[in-house]
Amino acid sequence: MFDSLSGRLSEVFERLTKRGVLSEGDVDAAMREVRLALLEADVALPVARDFIEKARAQAVGQDVLRSVTPGQMVVKIVHDELVTMLGEESAELDLNAPPPVAVLMVGLQGSGKTTTTAKIAKRLVERDRKRVLMASLDTRRPAAQEQLKILGEQAGVPTLPIVEGQTPVAIARRAMQAAKLQSIDVVMLDTAGRLAIDEALMAEVAEVKAESQPYETLLVADALTGQDAVTVADNFNKRVGLTGIVLTRVDGDGRGGAALSMRAVTGCPIKLLGVGEQLDALEGFHPDRIAGRILGMGDVVSLVERAAETIEEEEAEKLARKVQKGQFDLEDMLGQLRQITKMGGLEGLMGMLPGVGKMKQQMADAKIDPALIKKQEAIILSMTQGERHNPKVIHASRKRRIATGSGTSVQEVNKLLKQHKQMVTTMKKVNKLGKKGLMRHGLPGLS
Amino acid sequence: MSGGWLSRLTAGLGRSAGRLGGQIGAVFTKRKLDQAALDELEDLLVAADLGPVVAGEVTERLRADKFDRDVTDEEVREALAGVVAETLEPVALPLNIDRSNRPHVILVVGVNGTGKTTTIGKMAKVLIESGEKVVLAAGDTFRAAAIEQLTIWGERVGAEVVARDVGADAAAVAYEALARAREIDADILLVDTAGRLQNKTGLMEELAKIGRVIGKLDETAPHDVLLVLDATTGQNAISQVEVFRDVAAVSGLAMTKLDGSARGGVLVAVAARFGLPIHFIGVGEGVDDLQPFDAGDFARALTSP
Repeated sequence: MFDSLSGRLSEVFERLTKRGVLSEGDVDAAMREVRLALLEADVALPVARDFIEKARAQAVGQDVLRSVTPGQMVVKIVHDELVTMLGEESAELDLNAPPPVAVLMVGLQGSGKTTTTAKIAKRLVERDRKRVLMASLDTRRPAAQEQLKILGEQAGVPTLPIVEGQTPVAIARRAMQAAKLQSIDVVMLDTAGRLAIDEALMAEVAEVKAESQPYETLLVADALTGQDAVTVADNFNKRVGLTGIVLTRVDGDGRGGAALSMRAVTGCPIKLLGVGEQLDALEGFHPDRIAGRILGMGDVVSLVERAAETIEEEEAEKLARKVQKGQFDLEDMLGQLRQITKMGGLEGLMGMLPGVGKMKQQMADAKIDPALIKKQEAIILSMTQGERHNPKVIHASRKRRIATGSGTSVQEVNKLLKQHKQMVTTMKKVNKLGKKGLMRHGLPGLS
Repeated sequence: MSGGWLSRLTAGLGRSAGRLGGQIGAVFTKRKLDQAALDELEDLLVAADLGPVVAGEVTERLRADKFDRDVTDEEVREALAGVVAETLEPVALPLNIDRSNRPHVILVVGVNGTGKTTTIGKMAKVLIESGEKVVLAAGDTFRAAAIEQLTIWGERVGAEVVARDVGADAAAVAYEALARAREIDADILLVDTAGRLQNKTGLMEELAKIGRVIGKLDETAPHDVLLVLDATTGQNAISQVEVFRDVAAVSGLAMTKLDGSARGGVLVAVAARFGLPIHFIGVGEGVDDLQPFDAGDFARALTSP
């Protein structure tokens, strides 16, 4: 469906790592690809430019050209630069101030402010044992205040009673007063969505800020945002003054370039990630993990997490263990085939494994479709348990039997066996990476 | 409605178009169209969210035409508007209501926060003003207060809203709404749905189910499936269109939030790739801020100085 940034970069670096000596021209070629990949991933143009400049300046340095494996050096430089750009340390919410501490949530329409407000409140109550009050200052969107009230009930967090006809500033004032009276630790102020270029509404939110003196002002932004991310982050930062960013819809299949852009433009850390519709789907931000994923190191953690969502947990653990030990047999593959549609198709699954750009292409060439998955299921079902656990025993006569049993051909049986073998190989590579780390050993040779 | 809709669109798009146009102007005021200039132009197009494919097309056309010649920003804008309009022209189609459908059922789908409910409210207003009898189905039974939000819209525009409680089966709500719409002989049924990310297979299946269940009452329904895209979305919009089209049989598109600084250029890439009709654009939160999509105006607004 899409060629991910990780896929693209691994292709570039595959070429690079095969060369013994790296010329300046090679670095330029690689950087052109990196740049294009970043743009396709919705990284904002000025940010991508800046990134390339920095990475390139380092890559063409003498140390690199003289090092034994220059390609790997480039990979390392790009990775390190990405981590730097994303913010090296994961930052938490800072609520270290005399209570009641106000947290102001701002952002465009539909970025997920209200849901995120409730998620953060729930987390503060449950994890940090804070007394939290939520107030909706959204007097514009129909039923927005009602929405926060309902979410408060679901999350077990009190909300400020709704008073019709009050202005956002008045609501903020009332919320802070109520919090003082009720000895509340944290007041979450949800605001109406507004365009960054809407002067009147930006002035309004600045006024709310002056009234409530928030210790944290969080920009809630959609991870699927395109080039506009810089304008939005910059405008909100200049007009309101941000202390952090919360990225939502990180569980989508967007490439997350907005994360890079907004971090770079505002200098504000990305503090939290929204990873689902449920109120506990909120995670801390780990720049190294994201940078690693972007660079094609794969994300075995996410893979297992995603599997756990759809497969029963026990089964997921079993699968994870087997993957780790390289004992992924045909029986497991059958289970996988059956889960594939649930898990968002092969590509979704493969996207999480490292260096799969090439394999994905092969899969696209092979035109894997649901009918084929059914066929493969039939092939495995026509095998004995012994054969499924130890595919090595499947020789010519067994293949003929299996083909007849499943209504397929020997070629198709062969194809399935080969595919299984490839999956095992990939998984072994993932494990090696997990143990030794990518940077010391370079990207896995994809050949 | 006050003012021509073109002026509203231009005003809405003004900020973003101004930037794009201005940038082109800065690059091309009387200078040779060499490789460096072409590269810069390509960058500017990418920055407008047009996507690498379309950006490449435009620059290629310019290269073929005017490479190494002195060009003005006018010529560049013209060429850009030309390609954009050419791509969009065939897909700029109104949403046709088939009178023989009693009612004509329109299912509205999209990822979270793109503006489905608001778009439905605005569509209902337009349709009711042109004399149609409209029923709304509160099919977003997941998000807190989504039902209330649609109900308020219903009251505002004067449309009957069929709703059940939170957590109810969306397909059942849609079915009930269709039955009700038939009972009162409504012309149009607009079905709201919960926002869902296109990579959530389970949720996407639910959409397919809504279609199937409505089909039990009227096997030709839904007659239209409108995908609502957010102009701030980047290249992921392409993936959204692809998956929603495959699972929910999307028949047309609407793009919202074009009144912001986002340029919505991805729409051009989407048009080039999928050729799905683009029916509406949203240029504000007001009840009148839904406009029919016009390729030429969109292209001109996008490239005007």
